[in-house]
Amino acid sequence: MSDRIREKLNILADAAKYDVSCSSSGGTRKNDNKGVGNSHTSGICHTYTEDGRCVSLLKILLTNHCIYDCLFCVSRKSNDVKRAAFTVDEVVELTMNFYRRNYIEGLFLSSGIFKNADFTMERLLLVCKKLRLEQRYNGYIHLKMIPGASDELIKEAGLYADRMSINLEMPTEAGLKLLAPEKSHADVIKPLGFVQQNIVQFAEDKKLIKHVPKFVPAGQSTQMVIGATPESDKDIMYTANAFYKNFALKRVYYSGYVPISNDSRMPILGTQPPLLRENRLYQTDWLMRFYGFKVQELLNDANPNLDVDIDPKLSWAIRNMQHFPVDINKADYRMILRIPGIGVMSAQKIVQARKFGKLRIDQLKKIGVSYNRAKHFITCADSPYQLKDYQGTQIKAFIMAESQSKYLKTDSNQMILF
Amino acid sequence: MTYIFDGSLPGLLTAVFEWFERKPGKVTLKSIEIFQPEAFAECFTVTTNSEKADRVWAGLQKKLKKDWLRKFYCSYLSEIPEAFNHLFQFTTYIFQNEKGAESNYGNEHVIALAKYAKSVEREKHRMEAFIRFQHTADGIFYTGIDPDFNVLPLISNHFKNRYADQQWIIYDLKRKYGLHYNLNTVEEITISFTEGVNKQKPAAVLMDAKEELYAVLWKDYFKSANIVARKNTKLHVQHVPRRYWKYLTEKL
Repeated sequence: MSDRIREKLNILADAAKYDVSCSSSGGTRKNDNKGVGNSHTSGICHTYTEDGRCVSLLKILLTNHCIYDCLFCVSRKSNDVKRAAFTVDEVVELTMNFYRRNYIEGLFLSSGIFKNADFTMERLLLVCKKLRLEQRYNGYIHLKMIPGASDELIKEAGLYADRMSINLEMPTEAGLKLLAPEKSHADVIKPLGFVQQNIVQFAEDKKLIKHVPKFVPAGQSTQMVIGATPESDKDIMYTANAFYKNFALKRVYYSGYVPISNDSRMPILGTQPPLLRENRLYQTDWLMRFYGFKVQELLNDANPNLDVDIDPKLSWAIRNMQHFPVDINKADYRMILRIPGIGVMSAQKIVQARKFGKLRIDQLKKIGVSYNRAKHFITCADSPYQLKDYQGTQIKAFIMAESQSKYLKTDSNQMILF
Repeated sequence: MTYIFDGSLPGLLTAVFEWFERKPGKVTLKSIEIFQPEAFAECFTVTTNSEKADRVWAGLQKKLKKDWLRKFYCSYLSEIPEAFNHLFQFTTYIFQNEKGAESNYGNEHVIALAKYAKSVEREKHRMEAFIRFQHTADGIFYTGIDPDFNVLPLISNHFKNRYADQQWIIYDLKRKYGLHYNLNTVEEITISFTEGVNKQKPAAVLMDAKEELYAVLWKDYFKSANIVARKNTKLHVQHVPRRYWKYLTEKL
């Protein structure tokens, strides 16, 4: 018995790992029925795999049998891999036992599509109901929506799950059509829109009625595979921006394509996943969500791709030197946030602390400002007087000379003597 | 001048009270554990007095919001010798200024407390993440830990709320006390271990029959979730520093 369950877990965890969503934050569920589990507002990462990604949820497929043949997916119909399927009780059992030992923060349940969408969605829903109703489990549940499942099933699932998601897969419709002719962005937009409407509706009801059940309290998310098709960074981030706006998504995940197929339409096996590009996209995503940048400022027709050698915030600053230097002791909070080397926490501390007196360099350093980077863009109480006005390109060279990027193995500023 | 106190929180608060009563000028606070007499410095031993301590604490509650009272408490739990002095200086600074003085991040004691609190909260969060319970044959979920700071008082509620329907014990091996949740309340306990016994986990014979299976399944899962093509050991170690590996079932 234990050998069979081990084999199943290996197959179905392996097939689920390309879904990068790991967050367990944003939930509001309390353990008020003396059961087990609750939500932690910021989420908890219980461990990290050797590739440095966090493990917060037990991320598994119910089955990797699938009727679709999407080229970018390991579980595609034509791929020669071992297939397996969990029973509903096996998933419940695993989740409860892992949770009780503090291994995990909850369950992330997805599935290949067997028979049809509704048949699959029903099974996923059954797992959630058993956990919530029979086991009195109040931990986190992230449920994947199955494209094409009926509205009734999705709505019912929303009553038990904390977060729901469905993947865009490719940043543009054209890219998706190339690799998965049976799928379209419309299949994703419909359920995202449906759930969003319901979230709004439940929130409206809550204003009038005291006890409204929770409906997807941690919101929705989606994921795009990058580097499998030839979209520019601009295409990717404009799509992400539109989805953040239209569906109030909590997160868009960018997953660097890990080659898993020999098809000539995709990068060949053995190609390194585009980790640096992925990193830059996440940085841009953060700038949009927490730093008040508009996507058009960071990526536009003149700059359709992000710089590889420097981060997008520094890159923006260098292109827009007319805004700098910024006076730390006078400038608006929003402008302080835009200074390279200053993050959200430091910016908040600066605006609080400057009420008590003009800030000096040593104080900025203690507050947590990365001064070597910020010094090119700020003035404060004891900034050294500077006659020369440096160009953006010069500042970039200064910063590059003293920073050691983990991605740049060879220092491009090193002169060659022989 | 040096003030010496017994290392307790009431002791620290009493020291503040004594300072305001005497106003002796600049004072450094040290705990008796690390105090070394100096030839030319005067010193004064604070006698802990719970009434005086309560008055100072009540005063702080009037001056500071909840988040800063917590930063204060966390800094105390850090048990770092310099933190005691910063706490002392911070408190006198707060009492001598208008309400809101704690947001002066240009002040060295304010920023010091913010930093200590951040470290302690991080350690607390790590314990919430890295603790792995073992299910014993008598139904108790047990773990032994040795956190960098004294975080048991901070994690108690989290585990009590989360695992409300199972008995658990979290034992701090370094500070030699633990918490036991008996399905109703959390109580402080001390265990007298037999010499040479592995305190981190119970012996195999005392384990629940299924414990081994789930530990193996978890290890399997941890391996399967890794994407070999993305290997990044530096990042891995940054997130899970080596000193925590001994807690983690998946790293054993």
